[in-house]
Amino acid sequence: MTMKLKIALFSLLTVTASGVALAGKPVEPPGGKYAEEAEQMFRDSFREDAPREWKQRLVQDETMLTCGIYRDNPPRKIGQQLEKANMATIKYPASGKLMGNWKEGEKLAAVGTGGHIGFIQPDPPGRLKGGNCYACHQLAKKEVAYGTIGPTLQHFGKIRGNSPEMIKYAYDKIYNSNAFSACTNMPRFGLHGWLTPEQIADIVGFLMDPESPVNKD
Amino acid sequence: MTSVSLKALACAALAAASIGAVQAQDSKVADELAKYREALADGNPADLLEAKGEGLWAEKRGPKNASLEQCDLGLGPGKLEGAYASLPKYFKDTGKVMDVESRLVHCMMTLQGLTYEQATKNWFSKPGTDSDIEALVTFIGAKSNGMKIDVPAKHPEEAKMAKMGEYIFYRRSGPQDFSCAICHGQEGKRIRLQDLGNLTTKEGAGTAMKTWPSYRVSQGAVWTMQRRLIDCMRQARFPEPKYLADSIVALETYLQKNATGTVMETPGIKR
Repeated sequence: MTMKLKIALFSLLTVTASGVALAGKPVEPPGGKYAEEAEQMFRDSFREDAPREWKQRLVQDETMLTCGIYRDNPPRKIGQQLEKANMATIKYPASGKLMGNWKEGEKLAAVGTGGHIGFIQPDPPGRLKGGNCYACHQLAKKEVAYGTIGPTLQHFGKIRGNSPEMIKYAYDKIYNSNAFSACTNMPRFGLHGWLTPEQIADIVGFLMDPESPVNKD
Repeated sequence: MTSVSLKALACAALAAASIGAVQAQDSKVADELAKYREALADGNPADLLEAKGEGLWAEKRGPKNASLEQCDLGLGPGKLEGAYASLPKYFKDTGKVMDVESRLVHCMMTLQGLTYEQATKNWFSKPGTDSDIEALVTFIGAKSNGMKIDVPAKHPEEAKMAKMGEYIFYRRSGPQDFSCAICHGQEGKRIRLQDLGNLTTKEGAGTAMKTWPSYRVSQGAVWTMQRRLIDCMRQARFPEPKYLADSIVALETYLQKNATGTVMETPGIKR
């Protein structure tokens, strides 16, 4: 998206958000009247000699932009539009198999490294990027060092069963969390190519397979 | 206590905490972590850096062979007590809102005659390379120990900077869709076992801000707030902002404003 278009979209959304405020909801977009200036200031904060792909990470898509403006709590109608747009991005493994190897999924769930850039402490090139699921979720019983930003997923498959519909839901949610709840804290692992469709299927296995420690223990 | 033996103690405490925690309830884990922090607080390597900073403050250095004793950190030339706790603030002479580090660099340039590059070359320490800025900021910070953070951001330029910091706090981007608010915008959450403060509240922001600069055991170094926030960006998988970038000063202004009224306990010691 060009900068000009982004600013136009930005202004439009700002006006929309102010409209909501007038309708009675106490929503002021972060930054208030200085939001546009703050965006420019933020973009000017990075070294000119930074590789282009680094700067690409600062570009916001419509979901990011809108979520920021509403402090991650968009009005339902706007949330639904974002969910629809995000649902349309989901891609599946070539094999069509949405539930993979739970043992591989278990490894990925524990890996929190990868993807750090910069001049001070970057990850070495090619370092495995994991799902880092334990940062936010409780999963297997044996792992006590789990975070609480997301809900517990212990016994995920045991409670919900592993019908094709439930497997697809789990896959879709990991691929693009915003397809179900716009502006959720959870990253969109598939959309950004952080995890491959096959890796996502392996994590689905970790969540759903009756033999996985998520369900067995 | 030397930092080596302290580190050994810390590792032992952490190991004990880990073993004890395997079968324990969450509260037990939290207790063990609290004990670990207590063991750390017993002897803070940052104290040595504070003493070094005191020496550097008074030492005549640079092309102008001058000390920093006439540096105005916002309360008047040479007035250090409470200065850290009331920064960032607007400075008439530069026409900018400045944090402790940008103001310190300004003083090194104007009073001592250093170039920007000379003043900021080692803005953070690496193994084998000390950082004067880390030492000076630790010293300046300690002069606010026991005082209340006081950044009401009443000057229009300060108010603007705080709002711009708020904008950045909620701004999502990158391959993980992160913003500061994702982890630091709600109550009572943790990432793995690390408690997360809600930085939008006085209490949460206070807990985060009052203990910096802080010795970080995992890094073996004292970190300033610039270093801390630049690393937050790294963890969010963003590119690295430049040292003293306005957006970092803006975030600091937003956080210090939220933390205003909280009592400083610095230098701190952390994981």
